[in-house]
Amino acid sequence: MVDKKSLFNYLLRLGDDQQILSQRLGEWCGHAPTLEEDLALANIALDLLGQARSLYTYAGEVEGLGRDEDQLAFLRYENDYVNALIVERPNGDFAHTITRQFFYSVFMDLLWNGLLKSSDETIRAIAAKAVKEVDYHVRHSAEWVIRLGQGTAESRERMVDALDEFAIYTGELFEMDALATEMAEAGVGVDLAALRPQWEAEVNNILTDAGLEMPKVNWMQTGGRSGEHTEHLGHILAELQYMQRTYPGMTW
Amino acid sequence: MSEKPTPLWEVFIRARNGLSHKHAGSIHAADAEMALQAARDVYTRRGEGQSLWVVRSDQIVASDPVDKDMMFEPTASKIYRHPTFYEIPEEVGNM
Amino acid sequence: MYSQGLIGADGSTVEDEAFLEAFQKRIDAEQKIEPNDPMPEGYRRTLIRQISQHAHSEIVGMLPEGNWITRAPTLRRKAALLAKVQDEGGHGLYLYSAAETLGVSREELTDQLLTGAAKYSSIFNYPALTWADIGAIGWLVDGAAIMNQIALCRCSYGPYSRAMIRICKEESFHQRQGYEILLTLCRGTDEQKQLAQEAINRIWWPALMMFGPHDSESTHSDQSMHWKIKRFSNDSLRDKFVNATVPQADYLGLKVPDPNLKWNEEKQGYDYSDIDWDEFWRVVKGDGICNRDRMKARRKAHREGAWVREAALAFAEKRAAAAEAAKTAAE
Repeated sequence: MVDKKSLFNYLLRLGDDQQILSQRLGEWCGHAPTLEEDLALANIALDLLGQARSLYTYAGEVEGLGRDEDQLAFLRYENDYVNALIVERPNGDFAHTITRQFFYSVFMDLLWNGLLKSSDETIRAIAAKAVKEVDYHVRHSAEWVIRLGQGTAESRERMVDALDEFAIYTGELFEMDALATEMAEAGVGVDLAALRPQWEAEVNNILTDAGLEMPKVNWMQTGGRSGEHTEHLGHILAELQYMQRTYPGMTW
Repeated sequence: MSEKPTPLWEVFIRARNGLSHKHAGSIHAADAEMALQAARDVYTRRGEGQSLWVVRSDQIVASDPVDKDMMFEPTASKIYRHPTFYEIPEEVGNM
Repeated sequence: MYSQGLIGADGSTVEDEAFLEAFQKRIDAEQKIEPNDPMPEGYRRTLIRQISQHAHSEIVGMLPEGNWITRAPTLRRKAALLAKVQDEGGHGLYLYSAAETLGVSREELTDQLLTGAAKYSSIFNYPALTWADIGAIGWLVDGAAIMNQIALCRCSYGPYSRAMIRICKEESFHQRQGYEILLTLCRGTDEQKQLAQEAINRIWWPALMMFGPHDSESTHSDQSMHWKIKRFSNDSLRDKFVNATVPQADYLGLKVPDPNLKWNEEKQGYDYSDIDWDEFWRVVKGDGICNRDRMKARRKAHREGAWVREAALAFAEKRAAAAEAAKTAAE
């Protein structure tokens, strides 16, 4: 029998990851390098937002305290958000946004594929929908990585910079802390550490095509899963929660 | 001074299998893969498609409207190509 | 939006009488004009101006609403708003494509916007200050736009008309989502109702301005009506909008900010105050509260995206060259 509290916290991790990255991508709307890319980034943001909503709604049901998707999405304290640090990092330039998306989407593609075999029926259903969406996110971001890597000297330089910025946040995605281990052992989640070799292979494949390479990382940053964030999350929440905090308890 | 133009592509969508691809509009993209992705992201946001074609606009060969009479008028008189040209008695039934 | 698109349009044309007469005959017979068809230069110029102004309006129109995506109060509202603003980008794209069939490139059109040579609808130079403004923009601004756009579905130029049909189909949810936002506010607390009322107070008049100058002032309208680029007059569409919208405001329990608004039984329509045309022309000419911010945002996006577009092109060229070399080597 899976512990309800643990399942709830596991769903929050997944939900927060999708929501915060969706929030970041939403910042691009109206400001992308081309009109076509504006629509593409919004599509990814909408996919992630849809996933977040399913995950929060289910988390609320599991918790059984009557909290809905919005109460979970908007009304928690900063250190109750348990997203990985990579998704809260600022958009930076387009190379940064694409690199973050690429690292994250390759990871999520592997994770959702694993969750297709979750012992939890609702997670399986969410994964079945998400896996198709994320397949495309991988394709879109990977093709851009290749183009930016090989395009011009400037685009290559920006990619090198972006890889350097985001590489240190990739380790956290594969961490098996007590909750991740408990969920994997219960058959609800998957062994994240076991996904790493495949993630590295896929990422390196694309980077090779792009004429780029993964930078050496001395220390992988971590903390998001236990609510210890970078300075950026607070600013995200200031916007995200603005309406709910300013006008508490109202219906919108 | 305008920057270097990104090529224009025409987008064709098959709404469902059994139908032919139909022109939906155009997008700009530097290469075929990006054109395909842009077509997907722009023109199939409401379940419009099962299959996509993208074609470089400058690769399409079009008839000239000036030639319209020469190209398309002569066919108007060939009414014997249509079934209604032929008279079959009603008793014979549907044919 | 888009009656403003004809401000400053130059419909003058130099073709001979016989050519113009033959063209007019096609128009009168409701034949659509297609991209490579012979057409008067004035027709082409007027269309490029109107379609590109319409496209620019969609693109700049992403900014006031986009400003609220990260602050939407619920996830459902956020999804709807993001999808709506994304649609506006899509509609700008469809319209640029329609304009491009007339022999002008996306790059040229973008330049015209960024240098200020081309205008966009004055409505987007007003700010979206509260969440209620998102409701009022959807209801009133999209409502006014749809009035115009439905009329344009029958425009004589094929690509524009087809783009409009697609846009109208997609936009049908925009006005409804706006009205639903306001309905929710009006059924909510006193503070929420006040937000809604303040939003209408702000947006009502700018929305009426979207229909453009009075017919008597709209110097280029006649030729455009004649060519069926434009199918209804500014004032008739504006009246239609007021007549459709006032009862919707009543249902919300909100007051239209016009002391002279009164039902006129005889004309079966509302009488309403005249627009503040000084404000209208001031905002059109660049001195609205957001004009500079909007242009700055568009220029910044364009400037910061330049290296991306350049990289994509450079990559395409390299790949094409490599494919060519491989082909030569194989031969």
